[in-house]
Amino acid sequence: MALSGLDIFKLLPKTNCGDCGVPTCMAFAMKLAQKKAELSECPHASEEAKATLGAASEPPIRLVKIGKDHPLEVGSETVMFRHEKTFFHQTGIAIQLRTSEGESTLEQKIREIEEYKVERVGEQLEPDLFLITHDSPEKDIFLKTIELVIENSTKGIILDCAEYETLKAGASLLKDSHASILLKKTVTDEWIDLAKNYNCSLILTSESYEDLATQVEKTKQAGVQNILLNITSKNTGLQIQQNTILRRSALKKAFKPFGYPLFNQINTESEFDMFATAAALLCKYESIVALHEYNRALLYALLTLRQNIYTDPQKPIQVDPKVYPIGEPTPESPVFVTTNFSLTYFIVSGEIENSGISAHLVVCDTEGQSVLTAWAAGKFVGETIAKFIKTINLEQQVTTRKIIIPGFVSQISGDLEESLPGWEVIVGSQEASDIPSLVKSLSLT
Amino acid sequence: MNFEIPKEVNTGKIIEVSIGATPEQGGTRSHTVTIGGSTALPFHFFEGEHPHRPLIAMEVFDKISNKYPSSLLDYYGDVIQKPGEMAQKCVDEYGAELISVRLEGTHPEKGNKSADEAAEIVKQVLESVSVPLIITGHSHYDKNNEVMKKVCEVTAGENCLISYVEKDNYKTIAAACIAYSHTLVTQTPIDVNLAKQLNILLTEMSFPPEKIVMDPLTGALGYGIEYTYSIMERIRNDALAGDKMMAFPMLVNPGYESFRVKETRAPEQDYPDWGNVELRGAYWEIATAMSLLVAGADLLIMYHPQAVATVKKKVEEMFDGRGGD
Ligand code: SF4
Repeated sequence: MALSGLDIFKLLPKTNCGDCGVPTCMAFAMKLAQKKAELSECPHASEEAKATLGAASEPPIRLVKIGKDHPLEVGSETVMFRHEKTFFHQTGIAIQLRTSEGESTLEQKIREIEEYKVERVGEQLEPDLFLITHDSPEKDIFLKTIELVIENSTKGIILDCAEYETLKAGASLLKDSHASILLKKTVTDEWIDLAKNYNCSLILTSESYEDLATQVEKTKQAGVQNILLNITSKNTGLQIQQNTILRRSALKKAFKPFGYPLFNQINTESEFDMFATAAALLCKYESIVALHEYNRALLYALLTLRQNIYTDPQKPIQVDPKVYPIGEPTPESPVFVTTNFSLTYFIVSGEIENSGISAHLVVCDTEGQSVLTAWAAGKFVGETIAKFIKTINLEQQVTTRKIIIPGFVSQISGDLEESLPGWEVIVGSQEASDIPSLVKSLSLT
Repeated sequence: MNFEIPKEVNTGKIIEVSIGATPEQGGTRSHTVTIGGSTALPFHFFEGEHPHRPLIAMEVFDKISNKYPSSLLDYYGDVIQKPGEMAQKCVDEYGAELISVRLEGTHPEKGNKSADEAAEIVKQVLESVSVPLIITGHSHYDKNNEVMKKVCEVTAGENCLISYVEKDNYKTIAAACIAYSHTLVTQTPIDVNLAKQLNILLTEMSFPPEKIVMDPLTGALGYGIEYTYSIMERIRNDALAGDKMMAFPMLVNPGYESFRVKETRAPEQDYPDWGNVELRGAYWEIATAMSLLVAGADLLIMYHPQAVATVKKKVEEMFDGRGGD
């Protein structure tokens, strides 16, 4: 939890010696509070001051990494609501592999998941982890599954195996891979040592807050800092409340034992139920979700939700400014123009598509602002649009000289016509949803 | 180890709004439904009350556009052309708790059906089902006003939920709701301040607060859901902090918005990574609905029977047996 300037001042020597480069301890404390200075710049700071400030500068929720080459990073969140700032580290999606499924099924699944990548708004989306659950009587298949993942995939691994020796053999295959161990029983020294020796994080499980906190303290004291919390609930409603309570305790009460990312495994349900729970918990603080079933449609929808919820609310997402073909446009097809705010782009392109015609959609660079905001900021006016059209050589690519602008900026049509000699500027509808009727009324083809 | 659950006590409470009217109340519904009443964030039973669980409505249409997704057409078959039968099917088979009659076919460019035709369709639906109704219009102000006035009149006393009015077009419909005892939806374009402003405008014309439901404008998954999500969280936080002009239940449209987007229509062979189009439609709507539920939605108008079944079951589970009406 952040300390105020006054809190910090109380910890300083109050001698105003000036060795820190600032005339008074108070001034130095203010700089520290604003993070514009480091405590080490005061040569006279006490051990107590160092300890207190050190603890205060630790993030309220620890960042934990799982995986080797491109590890998944989760945790380090600072707010309860995304509108307060943003959610930083998006929920990791783990696909469960059960060793009882048998080698050939497992291998196929691993390949399928490894290959599954889908692009959306210029971002590549994919699941992040494998959760390997050992539920087969044969020990070898557990090790074999781990090997299959190592051979076929670069994704991180979570190990779930109740049998100590088997797990140990598995963990030894993953020594430098920052694997995670999902522990479903109360943690003991044995397991903590194993995690320490093989450089693994530990996912601690409990139904009760008190017990979970006790397990965290024990694990931390024994030297394992990379912890995830798995508080189990009998239903989705309780899980939302418990996730909220853990997050709130960490952020608002500085309750250290709960300052870790949250793990949720969704079991025993149909694909639809599992998906609904995963979607709700993705909004409410799960840092990793483990799915026992998947299909491409499910993954695409969940990955899209994750991308949406974890978008920085302060920063509109943008698409590349350029000409986008809608349908199969010919040089005579009409030209629509809009801004590069991705939502605007998606809606406008979708509605042009809905209208059934082919067209060229010119997306201007408005730094991700929507039509009205960009217009107000002077980034979407006659001159800038004309300039962009010249830059991209649109006049060489198309023979049409009809350009349709959004209805909300009808006032720029005169300017645009002046800056684009030879073009007819048509004022379109205000709402994208009215594009199909606009197309009809203009008899565009 | 000791642990105390950190609770946040709110001063605000969401207004309780009832929809529908029984014969004793001047209508013909077998029962009424109530939403709102929450004193905490969604599903936070540990620090507040939620006397009513969120409800799922389904939608019937005065006109099916040729853009209606084929995955849903397959589900419903011909019955989708018959609003009365469709309403019955939604209630009896799929468990709809309210029926929304969408009158898009009255839009001058989408069929231009007359106000009388719209009134007939609404009456037909009223006769086929006994659950409360939502009447959903469109954004062509002049025509919408004419249609809604007529519909309010022929359903006088039924306490329908009339959806929706906007900042530049609220007086006529609000007056009709007062005259014929209906409840009203205020719709604003994903903006906290505009939402509040419109509610203030309504209360200034003495519109009863217990007859207002807010629509923050739904963006579907992949199409701005994060904006809707955060605006709803902000509205609900403000309401619980005591802002009475924000303390209304919220209506969202996961069905209509989800089934407008490319992702619920494009065939799998064109987008192999997107997976099966029928499943995808259901998932798309479920994701939209579930995230808006945790952001504070009290009433959801949904389309896909599988999505309805899944979300309804989840809502009941999240209420854990509480808030039964
Ligand atoms: S060096 Fe330390 S003791 Fe000296 S003025 Fe700066 S803060 Fe105070």
